[in-house]
Amino acid sequence: MSDASTSMSDASTAGPMLAADGTPLKRSLRKALRREKMRALMLIAPLLFFILLTFIAPIADMLFRSVENQIVSNTLPRTVIALDDWDGQEEPGEKVYQALYFDLFVAAEAKEHTKLGTRLNYEETGISSLFRTTGRRSDDIGEAYQDVFEDVDPRFKEAGFWYDMMTAGGGEPDTALMSERLGTMNRLIADLASGDIGFAPAAEISALLPKTAEAYTDFAIFTALADGDVVAEEDPWEAVYAALGVDLANAETRDAVQVYEGPGADALRAAAAAADQLPAGGFKSAFLDVDEDWASQGVWETIKTYSASYTPGYFLNSVDLELSADGISPRDEDQQIYILLFKRTIFMSLTIMFSCILLGYPIAWLLANLPVRTSNLLLILVLLPFWTSLLVRTSAWKVLLQQQGVINDILVWSGIVDDANRLVMINNQFGTIVAMTHILLPFMILPLYSVMQTIPPSYLRAAKSLGATNWTAFWRVYFPQSVPGIGAGSILVFILSIGYYITPELVGGTTGTFISNRIAYHISSSLNWGLAAALGSILLAAVLILYWAYDKIVGIDNVKLG
Amino acid sequence: MTNASENGFVVFDRVQKSYDGETLVVKDLNLSVGRGEFLTMLGPSGSGKTTCLMMLAGFETATHGDILLGGKPINNIPPHKRGIGMVFQNYALFPHMTIAENLSFPLEVRKIGKSEREEKVTRALGMVQMETFGGRRPAQLSGGQQQRVALARALVFEPELVLMDEPLGALDKQLREHMQFEITNLAHELGITTVYVTHDQTEALTMSDNVAVFDDGRIQQLAAPDKLYEEPENSFVAQFIGENNTMLGTIQSVENGVAVVQLDSGDLIDTKPINVSKPGERTRVSIRPERVEFNKDRLHADAHTLKAEVVEFIYMGDIFRTKLKVAGLDDFIIKTRNAPDQRRLQPGEMIEIGWMPEDCRALDA
Repeated sequence: MSDASTSMSDASTAGPMLAADGTPLKRSLRKALRREKMRALMLIAPLLFFILLTFIAPIADMLFRSVENQIVSNTLPRTVIALDDWDGQEEPGEKVYQALYFDLFVAAEAKEHTKLGTRLNYEETGISSLFRTTGRRSDDIGEAYQDVFEDVDPRFKEAGFWYDMMTAGGGEPDTALMSERLGTMNRLIADLASGDIGFAPAAEISALLPKTAEAYTDFAIFTALADGDVVAEEDPWEAVYAALGVDLANAETRDAVQVYEGPGADALRAAAAAADQLPAGGFKSAFLDVDEDWASQGVWETIKTYSASYTPGYFLNSVDLELSADGISPRDEDQQIYILLFKRTIFMSLTIMFSCILLGYPIAWLLANLPVRTSNLLLILVLLPFWTSLLVRTSAWKVLLQQQGVINDILVWSGIVDDANRLVMINNQFGTIVAMTHILLPFMILPLYSVMQTIPPSYLRAAKSLGATNWTAFWRVYFPQSVPGIGAGSILVFILSIGYYITPELVGGTTGTFISNRIAYHISSSLNWGLAAALGSILLAAVLILYWAYDKIVGIDNVKLG
Repeated sequence: MTNASENGFVVFDRVQKSYDGETLVVKDLNLSVGRGEFLTMLGPSGSGKTTCLMMLAGFETATHGDILLGGKPINNIPPHKRGIGMVFQNYALFPHMTIAENLSFPLEVRKIGKSEREEKVTRALGMVQMETFGGRRPAQLSGGQQQRVALARALVFEPELVLMDEPLGALDKQLREHMQFEITNLAHELGITTVYVTHDQTEALTMSDNVAVFDDGRIQQLAAPDKLYEEPENSFVAQFIGENNTMLGTIQSVENGVAVVQLDSGDLIDTKPINVSKPGERTRVSIRPERVEFNKDRLHADAHTLKAEVVEFIYMGDIFRTKLKVAGLDDFIIKTRNAPDQRRLQPGEMIEIGWMPEDCRALDA
């Protein structure tokens, strides 16, 4: 005890405050609080985990998709590099077509080329079918080479012969090439299996025939890991023959082959001698044969423009702009839709919000000022819509508002509207605004009600006793105090309506749809997830900016939700 | 109470009020408040006093009868046209306005020019010594300061009548006493008519020119504070105002303004008949503790006295409070001043007590 008392007195004179056992007070306080914090964390852990998994992570993933564009460089890695040197002035050179051939062949084998076609089709229509037809006929281009080599030496038909030749009979393996090709292949095929390939290109052969070694390695990896076959037993791709052709077209290679000693050296020498029989005109003419669109400046510009791993393209599309070779330019008139949709979404959300204020304010006032019994009954009526399905409520509006619907029937029956001129109240903006105002009204009434409940009636009485008319008392005294409720309700209603989907989809027709309907379309129909993600990100940013602005102007502390 | 005179500034003439159509909250109220008078409505909660105030302010309508202000009936005049200043129980200062804006509000709605407004606001704040607080919000003021502002706001548009609904209820005792003094001074200085509602009898006695004691929807007695205390007209008022010893008995005889009452214990005492007249009538006798005498020398030679046993002696500083067992009651209280010659009674001691007949009032049973 004496020990404790001295440490207490020490603490008061100098140094950190000490607890009774001599440890610094701050540390023992932290220790004491840590248990509390851990317990709190344990209590929220299940929810936190659930939210992270089902909410935060998917949102982060979607946001990432709005700029992610690795599909081009993953599918056409060699083409993208070859295009670096292209100045965009005229058709690209043979080198680019050659790179495209080998990229496209692998992609077609892996059936990835159609995905890329779809992706690039968002930017330039027609690319999708171009890729599909070319992919289908990529075999033909290689077959021209295959026929030549098989005529020169029939051993070129044999899988085992190729295998021996490419491994140089078990020579020193080129691990660098192997790992590089494996990496490329893994980027192309997301779910590529891992395991023993049963093949490694010989360093000797990859030095001699670099293209062939590369193509064969691709073939080997694909055969072993994607198809699960034995490399030595499978006939190589047509692309391998084409690669050999490319290699042997080089005079230096032909000279080197003359002194090569490895397995199949004689066949290679024979093939080298027959180099002049290989198809003339190279890959460029072969591609133009398949589809003359390959000569189109636009196609190549699109590929080059979107070859980067990350692109602002989706965001630009979201605001009716596009990325072209000369920078950012507006999209074609007939494709401009998103700015209009954003404007419409905001305009309609604001209209719905103000309608909710106008309709909800008197109700909330009544609720707050009636005797408790009556107001509880009314409150149940306000909450009643929450107990019925959203779809039912929206469908009810369809029944009410359609041209042969209840309201039109009553108007016609009472003679206000002529039978021939029934009002169009659904499948347009009006229908959406009416239905959504109805659906979102409770979200306005409840915060308003909870704020109004806290305003004592004596304020109004005081104002009146001071000489204010009913209106002045309301406007100068009651209304300013109910503003936090209006703010809370407006934020709720606006944010909910800006992202609303089902109701506009059902009753919105073409003029009453929101940006969210377009997002849903890109998610589920056009499968342009990148654009959907970009549109969603813009929507999210807009909401956050509005929230921030509201905080600056009104102050978020003033918002009372209950 | 039928003396509602036509020349009163505020007149309630046979006013009744019912909320549910079955029971009357205010039953046949007749009241006249003179110009410049400070009238307090005092009563337990539910006695109808606040309802009366609200009818006067215009927030409740009288079910029957007329309310006149300056000779004109105001039943159909809406509250904002009555020009009555009002101070509310919880002040009702507008929280979103500054103090100056709060005070300026009644002037603005009266379309008074800006410079005149500022001048009046400054003067009103000066009246309650709050000149430097004009720019603050109500939430930044203490309870007492808010109270002053509420008062200034009720006075700033120079109403002839000010109503106050338990304005000091939320303040602590010391501040309350101080504010009582300030409000009375201000009211008299400005010569305004004030109707003040409270359930605190000390407040009513110290502040008012006249006090109307409410119970059961009626005014039980309307009188100046001293008269109310010393001469209660019925047993409700006697019990409600101040402390009283009450004993039940029957009238024996009434002679020369002195009624002899036989208590239920059989003892006889001298009383002053107030609202009893005939022998045989039941009565509730009321005597203030400080008017009871146990020193025989100070009593009438032939006065009736009662034997009493001291139960408890409580020392309270300025006074001694002694509890006695008298005539079958064991909570008979006497109060004596703490003077140098005052005897301190001991528990168990037997004494004889008596009083002047006029201090002991025989009221309704």
